[in-house]
Amino acid sequence: MVWVFNYLSLNCWRDFFTVKKRSEEEVAIEFGVFIEKRRSEEGAIEFRAKMGRTSSSKDDAQALFHSLRSAYASTPINLKIIDLYVGFAVFTALIQVVYMAIVGSFPFNSFLSGVLSCVGTAVLAVCLRIQVNKENKEFKDLPPERAFADFVLCNLVLHLVIMNFLG
Amino acid sequence: MAATETSTATVPTLYTNTLRNAFGGVLSFFILLLIGVLAFSIRLFSVIKYESVIHEFDPYFNYRVTQFLTKNGIYEFWNWFDDRTWYPLGRVIGGTVYPGLTLTAGTIWWLLNSLNIPLSVETVCVFTAPIFSAFASWAAYLLTKEVKGAGAGLTAAALLAMVPSYISRSVAGSYDNEAVAIFALIFTFYLYIKTLNTGSLFYATLNSIAYFYMVCSWGGYTFIINLIPMHVLLCIVTGRYSSRLYIAYAPLVVLGTLLAALVPVVGFNAVMTSEHFASFLVFIIIHVVALVYYIKGILSPKMFKVAVTLVVSAGLAVCLAMIAVLIALVASSPTKGWSGRSLSLLDPTYASKYIPIIASVSEHQPPTWPSYFMDINVLAFLVPAGIIACFLPLSDASSFVVLYIATSVYFSGVMVRLMLVLAPAACITSGIALSQAFDVFTRSIKFQLPGVSSNAEVDAGETSSATAEAQNNVVKTEKTETSKDRPSRKSKKKEREHVEKPSTKAKAEKKRLLALPLEASFISLLLLVLLGAFYVVHCVWAAAEAYSAPSIVLTSHSHDGLHVFDDFREAYAWLRHNTDVDDKVASWWDYGYQTTAMANRTVIVDNNTWNNTHIATVGTAMSSPEKAAWEIFHSLDVKYVLVVFGGLVGYPSDDINKFLWMVRIGGGVFPHIKEPDYLRDGQYRIDSQATPTMLNCLMYKLSYYRFVETDGKGFDRVRRTEIGKKYFKLSHFEEVFTTHHWMVRIYKLKPPKNRIRGKTKKSKSKTSSTSSPRKSGTKKKNPWH
Repeated sequence: MVWVFNYLSLNCWRDFFTVKKRSEEEVAIEFGVFIEKRRSEEGAIEFRAKMGRTSSSKDDAQALFHSLRSAYASTPINLKIIDLYVGFAVFTALIQVVYMAIVGSFPFNSFLSGVLSCVGTAVLAVCLRIQVNKENKEFKDLPPERAFADFVLCNLVLHLVIMNFLG
Repeated sequence: MAATETSTATVPTLYTNTLRNAFGGVLSFFILLLIGVLAFSIRLFSVIKYESVIHEFDPYFNYRVTQFLTKNGIYEFWNWFDDRTWYPLGRVIGGTVYPGLTLTAGTIWWLLNSLNIPLSVETVCVFTAPIFSAFASWAAYLLTKEVKGAGAGLTAAALLAMVPSYISRSVAGSYDNEAVAIFALIFTFYLYIKTLNTGSLFYATLNSIAYFYMVCSWGGYTFIINLIPMHVLLCIVTGRYSSRLYIAYAPLVVLGTLLAALVPVVGFNAVMTSEHFASFLVFIIIHVVALVYYIKGILSPKMFKVAVTLVVSAGLAVCLAMIAVLIALVASSPTKGWSGRSLSLLDPTYASKYIPIIASVSEHQPPTWPSYFMDINVLAFLVPAGIIACFLPLSDASSFVVLYIATSVYFSGVMVRLMLVLAPAACITSGIALSQAFDVFTRSIKFQLPGVSSNAEVDAGETSSATAEAQNNVVKTEKTETSKDRPSRKSKKKEREHVEKPSTKAKAEKKRLLALPLEASFISLLLLVLLGAFYVVHCVWAAAEAYSAPSIVLTSHSHDGLHVFDDFREAYAWLRHNTDVDDKVASWWDYGYQTTAMANRTVIVDNNTWNNTHIATVGTAMSSPEKAAWEIFHSLDVKYVLVVFGGLVGYPSDDINKFLWMVRIGGGVFPHIKEPDYLRDGQYRIDSQATPTMLNCLMYKLSYYRFVETDGKGFDRVRRTEIGKKYFKLSHFEEVFTTHHWMVRIYKLKPPKNRIRGKTKKSKSKTSSTSSPRKSGTKKKNPWH
């Protein structure tokens, strides 16, 4: 078993550093493990062979990941900006939660208002994205300016409440 | 609307169509105005029959708080600590009251006074409820219009203006939280449905603000924050998820939680109690569902299957872990995070086992079957028809209405008081049912009238593209409310304008075949109108006779005219004018609010009932013999004791009838008070067969002191017996005031004796020795004498 492990590790390193395609197949055939060949857009191949088990779940994960990436790359750039904003808001909320876990939650209203403001702007940005997305049939006669105006209004109300609650 | 007719009458029919629409709009406006006037005026019976006075008990507290607000301004009100109740504990008013009602009335008063209309605060308070009931009818119109159309909206508004269950809590003078809360409830629901139908973030913002107003007004806001998540879950589970649902729900949760946390009464309960957990849970669920739909949209079906299998296995593990943590957190508290009031709603037997104060209030008892018919009358059997009409067809809004009526029927079965929440739901569903019924009958009549079928062909030019689909539905069912372009509806008495006209004669014949027979339609229409007439007659009777009594003034009709019993105000006025400002008055908690508001004296316990031990102390004092009661009251610095006695005139809600509750509550905290001691063979009696404990307790003595002097026999008109102990003297109390009809009796605590003559018992010598050196000590130590 140690020998197998060593061989595997060597092979893993080799696969990691080289982009040769033939060696993978040799390894696969030698160990009787079925490996699906996957090609992503950049041409690099990463996979791991598991001993005594089909690797379809892991490969499916990779395949899924790649197809998600390719599908997402085709979204318009304004939606990507909104998604970036959502991600930033959620990230800020997570940082605040971690800080609270470290320091304690004494001014609880400040913690609540901080976290809920991040979550709130994330939710509102998602609503904006829904309304601005051209593929959404339900909102095709809603002008994006109106959607943005609603977004700004709702954010104003949210931040007014936050300022009041911050303490 | 595209006119694809080849007839020469295209333009005039289009013109008459818009004219009819405009006429319908104007008519709707005037009908709504009349409904508002009706809602306002049907609640004025108490002002006409009695006077413009505040009713009951709770409104007096709200009135006192409003007086304080108008006199001292909003900052003082927000930080007010009231030291004139719950002596010696006091009460933080700013943090324990729902400020919506008082702020509303205060704003109205301030506005009117700044316009130089000098209405007094009492007048504004008395008339707040009828004004807001008019607003509530308009809100019900808007809500039902979103669900089914303007005709159903007008019917629902007219029904809500008159429904007795709502009248009972919003007559002129009933200045209680529900007066504005029901309006806020219906308006919040309307904005939620509007957001759901339009998907506009603007309405979502308004929805959150309306929810904030509801949280400010009433503790029943938890109904909203649990019903809306339930509806969202229902939509998701039945496959009705759409992005409009996300826009309707997600901002409401975040903004709503923040706004609810702003109100001091709720505070951090908005995120820590179980009443709100449903909203967070569904918040997470809707995000998961939204993500799933989004990924489904961008991936191919094969990849999506792969994604599902992968995510399900990983996500399930994470979910189970999180749920385990949550359950452990919730289960660690004994009430699983629910407050006592919510638990008593979820488990109807909870209050009688654990919280006797909640169980003792008469409006917290389950309702009887007749009270349903009394309170919502005809609507009780229109509601099932309305539920069926909501299913034809089922939309997001109508599924919400079905859920609303189902939950409110359950909760109204737990507590009589919550029939009030049932009333709007019943009116909405009955409005839908009635409007549908009128629609069917009038259409049947219209298609069978001889002159009308030719008009039907001429008007066929007004079909729009969407009606082709509608026509198929017309062939299938009689009730065709599925038209997507929502034609304007007139009131139920007018003929309907039909947009979905069959364009061929064959279809017209088919439609005629599906209509009901002419005579049957006529008679059914007449019967429906008669049904409405019965409803109106009942509502007016209920408003005039049953629900307009201010309970602070009582009247009775006898052979020599009208008797007015104004004893309560007489007693409070006596207290106000004949006692010192700092004197403390002890009574049962029912009368606390009225005493502080009208007599302006400090009380020991009042209707807020937040401190069970304090109430139990007063209950124990009322159940103990004179000396022990004097000790308890003296330790609380009480100077006067007030009891309500109805035996002379037959007033049934007096303290002797409530006495068993005093014993139960007192016995819950002080075990030496045992309820069987006051009952003879399990029966509660005050006649000669009563137990000695009963005949010696303070409540008996204070109620029946000198009662035998009224008619020589001491016949109690409420209990319908002669009293047991007739001739007795009070040793520790002296009677200072009894009102005209003996309904309120006020006693003063006698000061402790300086000197005791004759044989002294050990306890007496202790009191005398402890009291006299205290007196001499203060005399010696006081340097100002």
